[in-house]
Amino acid sequence: MLRALQIVFGSLVVAFLILPIIAILPLAFTSSVFLTYPIPSYSLRWFEELVTADVWRLSIINSLIVGGGATLLSTVLGTLAALGLRGNALPLAGLLRTLFLLPMVVPAVVLGVGMQIFLVRLGLASTYPGVIIAHAVLCVPFVVVSVSAALQGIDPAVEKAAMSLGAPPITVFRRVTLPLAVPGVVSGAVFAFATSLDEVVITLFVAGPNQRTLARQMFSSIRENISPTVAAAALLLIVGTLCLAALAALLRRREKPAVA
Amino acid sequence: MGAFIAFQDVTKKFGAVTVVDHLDLEIAKGEFLSLLGPSGSGKTTILMMLAGFERPSSGSILLADRPITHLPPHRRQMGVVFQNYALFPHMTVAENVAFPLEMQRVPRAEITRRVERALDMVRLSPLKDRKPSQLSGGQQQRVALTRALVFEPDVILMDEPLGALDKQLREHMQLEIRDLHRRLGLTIVFVTHDQSEALTMSDRIAVFNAGKVEQIDTPQAVYDRPRTRFVAEFIGETNLVEGKVVEAGAQQAVVRVGEAALNVSGEVSAGRDVSLSLRPERIRLGKEPAAANALPVTVADCIYHGDHMRLVLKSGPLELVARAERLAGDWAVGTEAVASFDPQDCTVLAS
Repeated sequence: MLRALQIVFGSLVVAFLILPIIAILPLAFTSSVFLTYPIPSYSLRWFEELVTADVWRLSIINSLIVGGGATLLSTVLGTLAALGLRGNALPLAGLLRTLFLLPMVVPAVVLGVGMQIFLVRLGLASTYPGVIIAHAVLCVPFVVVSVSAALQGIDPAVEKAAMSLGAPPITVFRRVTLPLAVPGVVSGAVFAFATSLDEVVITLFVAGPNQRTLARQMFSSIRENISPTVAAAALLLIVGTLCLAALAALLRRREKPAVA
Repeated sequence: MGAFIAFQDVTKKFGAVTVVDHLDLEIAKGEFLSLLGPSGSGKTTILMMLAGFERPSSGSILLADRPITHLPPHRRQMGVVFQNYALFPHMTVAENVAFPLEMQRVPRAEITRRVERALDMVRLSPLKDRKPSQLSGGQQQRVALTRALVFEPDVILMDEPLGALDKQLREHMQLEIRDLHRRLGLTIVFVTHDQSEALTMSDRIAVFNAGKVEQIDTPQAVYDRPRTRFVAEFIGETNLVEGKVVEAGAQQAVVRVGEAALNVSGEVSAGRDVSLSLRPERIRLGKEPAAANALPVTVADCIYHGDHMRLVLKSGPLELVARAERLAGDWAVGTEAVASFDPQDCTVLAS
């Protein structure tokens, strides 16, 4: 009885989370110019629009540039931060860790306003580096969390063993610590890219017309002229995110036997 | 020409806690020394200081008369075998064993040859391309041992290396390590809390308690002539008997226990209250009153152990445990008997 209730409740929660996403997807294949049901007939014209219309095509390219840049930057910074925080050898390591994770909880609007003022001062407002930096701030916590978890899974005795076998500290890092942390670094990078991909609020503040990302373009397209291109773009984002999530899950699976 | 390894007045504190307390310890080249003690006795910390992972708070450590107190671990040439093996999980068995040779910049071809020879020696060649996670505990243990031996280090340090293995495998590995030690003339420092392991494998045993050495001696001496109450109780089983010294001579004494005057061995001054250690298997049980070193006893309990019997004997307020071979007589509960022993089998304890 309880088991049945659990299943029903679980299904309802899943439906609540997924139905809105499912509802939008079929509209990507509509032949009509309106984003409404019922669908008169199916076509791929909105996907065509997505890759041919300049605003959409540019926004996809922008998303890849910004996402790639933010991923690279945040992965490097986040990994270094996680390494530095490891083992709480630093004074105030706990406080520092909290600071690194702050972008996860600070309201995006606040971060956006702050970022805009800051980037204008630096002369980076409405530039690619500016947007990449702003996104990277948001992505760093994911990398820090993921790499820290991977580092925590490394048995300190393994590194000691390497030392006793004649490896100087830099070699221990290169041959033992880093290879064992790689799954965490990669899954952190995947999260970072996914975060950058669907980031809208901060992009609104710091990006100029030339750095319009896909998510940002969808946002304005809904406000200005609701066309089914939005649904097509949504489908693209969801498929992309699912692929990334699958990649992360795969890495996690491979990570386990390595730690055991 | 001093000892190969020497700890000179080494103290290690973690915060306010003194883990190793003014340790002086010398280890000869080619010796198999066990550091034996309960957990928290400082034995692992001593090993970690020798390996270079911990710095002494004071004092110095010498290797072949050279101070190594502040030498980083990777320049000490010591093979360490850890409790949980600490194999590199992302490398194959062969890569694990090749690692120390790569660190010494041995030429590629020679590495391959030496790795193969080393793995052959422990019968692991067929598994050389496996990852550690695909090996059994015993196999991992052998890889860890091979990896620590392959670069021919001056000293092998082992931190409870057999703790995670089941009993049968553990006994097998004990013999294998003992054999390696003899064949290769290695200097081995072996940390364990298992007294039977220490007794079977070592040239000498250092018994630790609360950061201090209680006794360093050969296994026989540690077992037969324990110097302190702690050693007597920690190694094997023993009967502790309280008495008063009535006569003292060179390396022997007469101690009054209840009504009986017992001849025992040990250096002690007359008039003192002392504890004696008497191993259960050294007690002889007979029916006729023996001339010397005898206590009248009553059998209070008799426990069957297959290959032997354990007898609980009462002599007034004193309770003794004795070990009797199966066919050594019929010792039903309530039997009146006489327990005797040789003077050299009963030792006066220092405290």
